[in-house]
Amino acid sequence: MTNTWQDIKNANVVIVMGGNAAEAHPCGFKWVIEAKIENAAKLVVVDPRFNRTASVADYYAPIRPGTDIAFLSGVIKYLLDTDQIQHEYVRAYTNASLIVKEDYTFDDGLFSGYHPDTHSYDQTKWEYELDEQGFAKVDDTWQHPRCVMALLRQHVARYAPEVVSRICGTPQDKYLHICRLIASTAAPDKAMTSLFALGWTQHSVGSQNIRTMAMVQLLLGNIGVAGGGMNALRGHSNIQGLTDVGLLSNQMPGYLILPHETEVTFEDYMKTRAFKPLRPNQMSYWQNYRKFFVSFQKAMYGDSARLENDWAYDWLPKLDVPLYDIIKAFEMMNHGQMNGYICQGFNPLQAFPDRGKIRSGLSKLKFLITMDPLDTETSRFWEDFGPLNPADSAAIQTEVFQLPTTCFAEENGSLVNSARWLQWHWKAANGPDKAKSDIWIMSNIFHRVRELYRKEGGAFPDPILGLTWKYVDPQDPNPEDLAKEMNGRTHVDIADSTGAVTVRAGHLLDGYQQLRDDGTTESGCWIFSGCFTEHGNQMARRDASDPREQGIAPNWAWAWPANRRILYNRASCDPAGNPWNPVKPIITWNGTQWVGIDVPDYGPTIKPSEGVGPFIMNTEGTGRLFASEMVDGPFPEHYEPFESPIANPLHPKVNTNPAARVFPDDRAKFGSVSDFPYVATTYRLTEHFHYWTKHALINAILQPEEFIEIGEALAQEKGIVQGGWVRLTSKRGFMVCKAYVTKRIKPLMVEGKPTHVIGVPIHWGFTGQARKGFGANTLTPSVGDANSQTPEFKAFLVNIEPASGPVA
Amino acid sequence: MSSLQSQDYIRISATTITPPSVRHHEAEVAKLIDVTRCIGCKACQAACMEWNNLRKDIGYFEGSYDNPMDLDPATWTLMRFTEWDNPKTGDLEWLIRKDGCMHCEDPGCLKACPAPGAIVQYANGIVDFISEHCIGCGYCVKGCPFNIPRISKVDHKSYKCTLCSDRVAVGMEPACVKACPTGAILFGSKKDMTDWAGERIKDLKTRGFENAGLYDPPGVDGTHVMYVLHHADQPSIYANLPANPRISPTVEFWKGLIKPFALAGIAASIVAGFLHWVVTGPNEVQPEDEEEAEQFEKEVEEAHLHTISDKPA
Repeated sequence: MTNTWQDIKNANVVIVMGGNAAEAHPCGFKWVIEAKIENAAKLVVVDPRFNRTASVADYYAPIRPGTDIAFLSGVIKYLLDTDQIQHEYVRAYTNASLIVKEDYTFDDGLFSGYHPDTHSYDQTKWEYELDEQGFAKVDDTWQHPRCVMALLRQHVARYAPEVVSRICGTPQDKYLHICRLIASTAAPDKAMTSLFALGWTQHSVGSQNIRTMAMVQLLLGNIGVAGGGMNALRGHSNIQGLTDVGLLSNQMPGYLILPHETEVTFEDYMKTRAFKPLRPNQMSYWQNYRKFFVSFQKAMYGDSARLENDWAYDWLPKLDVPLYDIIKAFEMMNHGQMNGYICQGFNPLQAFPDRGKIRSGLSKLKFLITMDPLDTETSRFWEDFGPLNPADSAAIQTEVFQLPTTCFAEENGSLVNSARWLQWHWKAANGPDKAKSDIWIMSNIFHRVRELYRKEGGAFPDPILGLTWKYVDPQDPNPEDLAKEMNGRTHVDIADSTGAVTVRAGHLLDGYQQLRDDGTTESGCWIFSGCFTEHGNQMARRDASDPREQGIAPNWAWAWPANRRILYNRASCDPAGNPWNPVKPIITWNGTQWVGIDVPDYGPTIKPSEGVGPFIMNTEGTGRLFASEMVDGPFPEHYEPFESPIANPLHPKVNTNPAARVFPDDRAKFGSVSDFPYVATTYRLTEHFHYWTKHALINAILQPEEFIEIGEALAQEKGIVQGGWVRLTSKRGFMVCKAYVTKRIKPLMVEGKPTHVIGVPIHWGFTGQARKGFGANTLTPSVGDANSQTPEFKAFLVNIEPASGPVA
Repeated sequence: MSSLQSQDYIRISATTITPPSVRHHEAEVAKLIDVTRCIGCKACQAACMEWNNLRKDIGYFEGSYDNPMDLDPATWTLMRFTEWDNPKTGDLEWLIRKDGCMHCEDPGCLKACPAPGAIVQYANGIVDFISEHCIGCGYCVKGCPFNIPRISKVDHKSYKCTLCSDRVAVGMEPACVKACPTGAILFGSKKDMTDWAGERIKDLKTRGFENAGLYDPPGVDGTHVMYVLHHADQPSIYANLPANPRISPTVEFWKGLIKPFALAGIAASIVAGFLHWVVTGPNEVQPEDEEEAEQFEKEVEEAHLHTISDKPA
């Protein structure tokens, strides 16, 4: 989230699209209700089905799964055509005026620079046109044909309301009504918040779904303001923490990037990470990258990381592909290229697409280690559960180690919530029986592996032997020790501008501003620096006082970065430093410095007249309506899901995302509309949390058995009765379960034809207390978002027939 | 639940004993269920099961989000989901109503109950079942205009929501109220809840729900569980919420008019029996007497059931 849960109450319009906040985030949803009651906010829901969020919405419109970019590009066109944008904001705080190189083109579904053989783009074709000093050229009048605003107008011109309606199946009147509601927040003192989740990420165009709404929000001046923002509602209590500490295969903690094998030396690596400002006077805060990186290496390798050895750069693993995501991992398992798998707090047999492929991958491993508080399906992939898990146990040679762990309530630690708050929690009970904490297990694996390296040497023992392990209890480091390591400490006295020592050598740092690139500071995760200082554990703070009652509560826990609650909050003021919305100010310029209820996302004494942009992490200093960083295009474009009922009406030759990575055997398992005529989408239900709560009795009582949801029209056509059994098939597998025939899913008119959507809740598997089920991932295709490789769970094709009864 | 709070009783089933009166200063409480901000998450159901330690068997999917499908001795509250096409707007509405005991000011269950002290009403308005006095006759089921009490097949006692009388007695809100994430269930004095409902109704009217209103049915002298409804003119669209709930006339008649006579009759027969014993000594029961008595009892019971089943559904 750019903003906070509590801040939702400041919104005038709440749009829930690409998510189902009431269903999946019922506790946080209280702030939407608060916005309605206390701020007279309108709640708008756009979703393939009328869901629990829609049940309390002021306005609902249906949409075909996988067409959000068409919908939102149409919204952008509407805002530009009707001139309902916040002009001053867009001019000052976005890159609308910057001029793009002539190399940039978009033609028949493809951007310039496309390599069909590698399914990738040469992104240098999308750069800005630079002047002699290396700054991007600008046309503040937006008259230049290659300024971003002109290119954007041109790009979205194709998304007229009738085209949007034809692609999305959203009735035109409903679509236009929503356009009007959204446009109402272009006023400087009005804000719309966008709440989204996996309904946008789990598409082959997932990142671009989110970007399109971010562009809408920039045009409306809704980023950085109270009640605005792009608010990703995270699906696990600590999934924000997972990305923050870099558990994705191509990342390191704090969104540092793991080197690629072509970056042979540290200087090669830093060459592309200079983050030289593209406009004069910009902060371009990533210019401090070297400080963050060196401090990370010091935290990892201590004295072994020195200037002379490039801070042990050679010890880091180097990627030979863009990333080793999970789809890639299972592809490798299936081809015998990955032989061991440590599955920590993860249940891929239930959670990753094309279950059959997951099972066959696990079956080819030499060993599988699962670490989980629950008896997961993955741990038992080798066990035959009939059609629910057809495994030939005798033929599977994988050795499985099932290590029971404690759960969050059985240990101290911090969780990072959607609003980036690191909230400390305290152990409530001991773990059952022989369960051990993940920290204990990982530490012990490390000690034993290190011992083997010590004794036996090996090809490259240095990174293991050189790792620091300075914990009070090396066998079982306590969470406070680990938090302090992420916060970081200094090895020399740190003085302020007057020369007074503020942090003594050996002490914990106050924040990442104190990090240096000379090896005198260390920090395991720079964005967390400030969470555990000499003043104590900031994450454990529980002061709920909230100046101005605007949902900031600065002394409750601690938010990264720098305890800042609302990102880009400089943009809540006009260029002169006065709040756009004087009723709900966040910060303001008082003549000498920025003051207010939140930590300024800006230099605290930078004068408004200096023209420093509010998007301080970006080299332009502005928000990006045009982003060359996206691997699949600087503007979002509507591509059909990989399994789609129609050819792309905009460019049938480039039907799907051309930059998506598809493995050949996965492509062979895509179905066509002739065999699988119905669109399916997967989702969660409030009664369950993923695949965990089916192990809990009360949740199992509240939603006991697997079912799918189908509209009345299709049910009638197919002879499917309420609560009756059905067989749902995709090219990859089948489920037999009960049907919920509902008014909440109606056929959509797509390209003049009725398109039926079938909903597949995901929660049931073959372990736990609830009734056993197949699991939605039996059906889903193995293809991911071009940028993040998040699987396309939200749009695929199926067929459905009535069934005579259960098969398992 | 239990009789630990007996000094709070203001009404007791099947007895003419004067209830204690020292706590009559207590404010009447109410639970306000704002259907218009309920998301049907079932946190209230889970909280009810946890606080009251209730666990029904794991059921089946039966063509609805209602799970369990109905109230039962181990399910004291339940979300009822209704997909309703609004004929005026042509739009679908998904109406989600938390069902459970309404805690009527004039409780039909208490009036119908023949077991002394099995159903009580506290000074704060809560209607509670005192299980140790319950004889499982089922009259409360017939007396309830909302079809709430359920008789256990295991212990033959009647169960329903207690409005967490145990929590309320020590100053806490009911478990469902505490668990509700959207503030759709509120608890306080009946006056405060009524006032707040007024605010909500004003807001709903600005959002196009011209018939928004409070459900506090006068037919049972109002209830201590109230609903804010978007369409208060049609309560029945919310999973058959009765438009004008009333205690069955049979129960009213039987309990209001007949009962004093009946009790007098019972008392008279006891006196007569005593006199008989004093004058002529104890009766020896003969087998044919026994048979006759059983036959009589059966007839009475049948007549009774017949009377009760006459009442409108």
